[in-house]
Amino acid sequence: METYLPVIWAAIIGLTVAMYVILDGFDLGIGILFPFAESEHERDQMMNSVAPFWDGNETWLVLGGAGMMVAFPLAYSIILPALYLPVIIMLLALVFRGVAFEFRWIGVTSKPQWTFAFAAGSVLAAFCQGLILGSLIEGIKVENGAFAGSAFDWATPFAVLCGLGLVAGYGLLGATWLVMKTEGRVAERARMEAKLLLLAVLAFMAIVSLWTPLAFERIAVRWFSLPNILFFWWVPAATALIAFALWRWLETGHEVLPFLATVALFLLGYLGLLISNFPYLVPPSLTIWQTAAAPSTQVFMLMGTLVLLPIILGYMIFVYWIFGGKLREGEGYH
Amino acid sequence: MDLDPVLVSRLQFAFTIIWHIIFPTFTIGLSAYIATLLVMWMRTGKAHYRELARFWTKIFAAAFAMGVVSGIVLTYQFGTNWSRYSAILGNVVGPMIGYEVEVAFFLEATFLGVLLFGWDRMPPWLHTLAAVVVATGTLLSAFWILSANSWMQTPAGYEMRDGVAYPLDWLAIVFNPSFPYRLAHMVTAAYLTTSFVVLAVGARYLLAGTHLEHGRTMIRMAVGIAAVLAPLQLFIGDRHGLNTLEHQPLKIAAMEAHWDGSRPGELVLFAWPDESAEVNRFAVTIPHGASLVLTHSWDGLFTGLKSVPPSDRPPVLPPFFAFRIMVGIGMLMILTALTGVWLWWRGRLFDTRWYLWPAQHAWWMGFVAVICGWIVTETGRQPWVAHGVLRTADAVSPVPAGSVATTLVLFVLVYGVVGSLGLYYINRLIKRGPDVAAIKPPSAAPWPSASGRGAFVEPA
Repeated sequence: METYLPVIWAAIIGLTVAMYVILDGFDLGIGILFPFAESEHERDQMMNSVAPFWDGNETWLVLGGAGMMVAFPLAYSIILPALYLPVIIMLLALVFRGVAFEFRWIGVTSKPQWTFAFAAGSVLAAFCQGLILGSLIEGIKVENGAFAGSAFDWATPFAVLCGLGLVAGYGLLGATWLVMKTEGRVAERARMEAKLLLLAVLAFMAIVSLWTPLAFERIAVRWFSLPNILFFWWVPAATALIAFALWRWLETGHEVLPFLATVALFLLGYLGLLISNFPYLVPPSLTIWQTAAAPSTQVFMLMGTLVLLPIILGYMIFVYWIFGGKLREGEGYH
Repeated sequence: MDLDPVLVSRLQFAFTIIWHIIFPTFTIGLSAYIATLLVMWMRTGKAHYRELARFWTKIFAAAFAMGVVSGIVLTYQFGTNWSRYSAILGNVVGPMIGYEVEVAFFLEATFLGVLLFGWDRMPPWLHTLAAVVVATGTLLSAFWILSANSWMQTPAGYEMRDGVAYPLDWLAIVFNPSFPYRLAHMVTAAYLTTSFVVLAVGARYLLAGTHLEHGRTMIRMAVGIAAVLAPLQLFIGDRHGLNTLEHQPLKIAAMEAHWDGSRPGELVLFAWPDESAEVNRFAVTIPHGASLVLTHSWDGLFTGLKSVPPSDRPPVLPPFFAFRIMVGIGMLMILTALTGVWLWWRGRLFDTRWYLWPAQHAWWMGFVAVICGWIVTETGRQPWVAHGVLRTADAVSPVPAGSVATTLVLFVLVYGVVGSLGLYYINRLIKRGPDVAAIKPPSAAPWPSASGRGAFVEPA
């Protein structure tokens, strides 16, 4: 049981992070695309397309944090101090963009300021999340079960690259969401933006895929040794295939498929990262087993989670269904 | 400059959690009020209930957004700033926070979207149900987070092995000794706080001569609920205090500024407790008063601060003064509520200016009382972060004090801007008032069946 429990929990937290990245990814993406809209009127339409969902989407981030604390308290207590500044700045950025959802409507005369807060907060939050991911891959200095590095260990070129990559990635999710959920000028421009962002995302993915095996031997061994390469070769191949299909679907006027293809692209990238790093939770030293909570803690939380998680997914789908369909131009919920 | 990382981390946590608690306090009560209004509308068919619900929902949305974003910050601060707390106590405290997220956060956050944007998109019964779900979600959230906090006050059901806490009995952990009292006290406080906000807004409208029907409804509902809850809160608070005396006697000693446990306690009405001299200066006291309240006997003895060395004592000034402010506000609330009931009975509740004028300024009372109550219980627990298990000084992250000081400044700036604008916007929404014209009559009857109970069966 002490072997399998941490694996089950790693799967649950893996699912949570994936849910967060995809769901909050598209609404952060709306903020990232905000500066390129032509009018406040268009921005209203963009924001309205995500307004009923953002709060539920962001809750996956809370579950990610709380889930780590419950199931892997040691990893939680090492990673967060190590990434202290980017984590806090990301949270502050989320504060600004979160309240902007409400304040932008109430504060009539200060609407441009809240537009800026929403855009800047979204970009900064996405960038910090990429930075966090990048520095996690690069590894955290651990001594005696605690973080032993310094305050700016995370400030590296690779982490900055990952930060920029995630901004582009969330932008792509946001753009394809708009293609699916809106009409008129907003949807047309989103289609164009999606193509540019797709190229940027592919470039970032290629750089990360080359950089990590070159810089970290464990990742090179994981991918390129036999028989691993026989199991994993399809991941980059599928990524290329889906990227190509996404480009075609954007060109041929499909509305729903581009978003789904972007989600698939994200999941493949995520799978790639998992392959590179499993079973390390605090690369390069601590595994999911070394950081796991007491078995009775993991079991107590697991019993509830196995019941609650399907219920949560059920009512989330229900709410997406209620607010399904296209948002007509000028239509809002406010 | 040599900063103490423990002190800066404590300041940051105190600042972020005090700022945060304002919003859940308000939204726990307000979500229940909105759900009540919608249910009343469905039962009576009177449109102004729905108009009021819609009006308060806008305010709820602004307050809830501030509560959510500042709540996420707290979830992560357990790791960023208090990583040793998480590493040592995570096995035991973690699941309570985990269950709060899974049981409550998702429920609130997901159905909030339905409540805010579902007015004309779905059958009214479904929309009302969403309001009830949101209100239930906020309550469940309070349940789990107060369980976690109470465990830190009165730990139970665990054992320490190699310096790490391990769970032994989950029922004992979740329902630890102070939890039922703290839960009752806080939830009642949340409902009371909101009822005084509603009372203030109603009084404001009547005095301004606008939204008269809405104003009267709000005042009636607020006075009615406060007249029950304010006296009840006095009783719950008393029981909570006795529970604290049993489990955390030093907290009570600090609240009462009771230094010498070998003598009966005086009820200190006012004093300046001098911690270095271990005496109260400028004291105005009722001899034997505290013994009578706490032990129900004239010569009853209870623990004094001097029973332990200074390094094991909580600070005295914060719990001592915060407790007096909280109790003072509680008394004012009882007075306000009972006066309101008396005026109501005399048929003068809506035109007594000497009552309405102070009432319109009473909106802050619950918030200040709640903040003071938390200052009492959290500073009174010191020097422990988990009473008798882990000291606050041993719970902090290995993060340089400079980093924490930087983020503290950022928090003050960001929360300062967001909080003051939030308050300004909420005030603006209140000034604008319920928007009667903006509400389309719903296309469907409130109930899905043809039972004839629908709102628009009656002439509207």
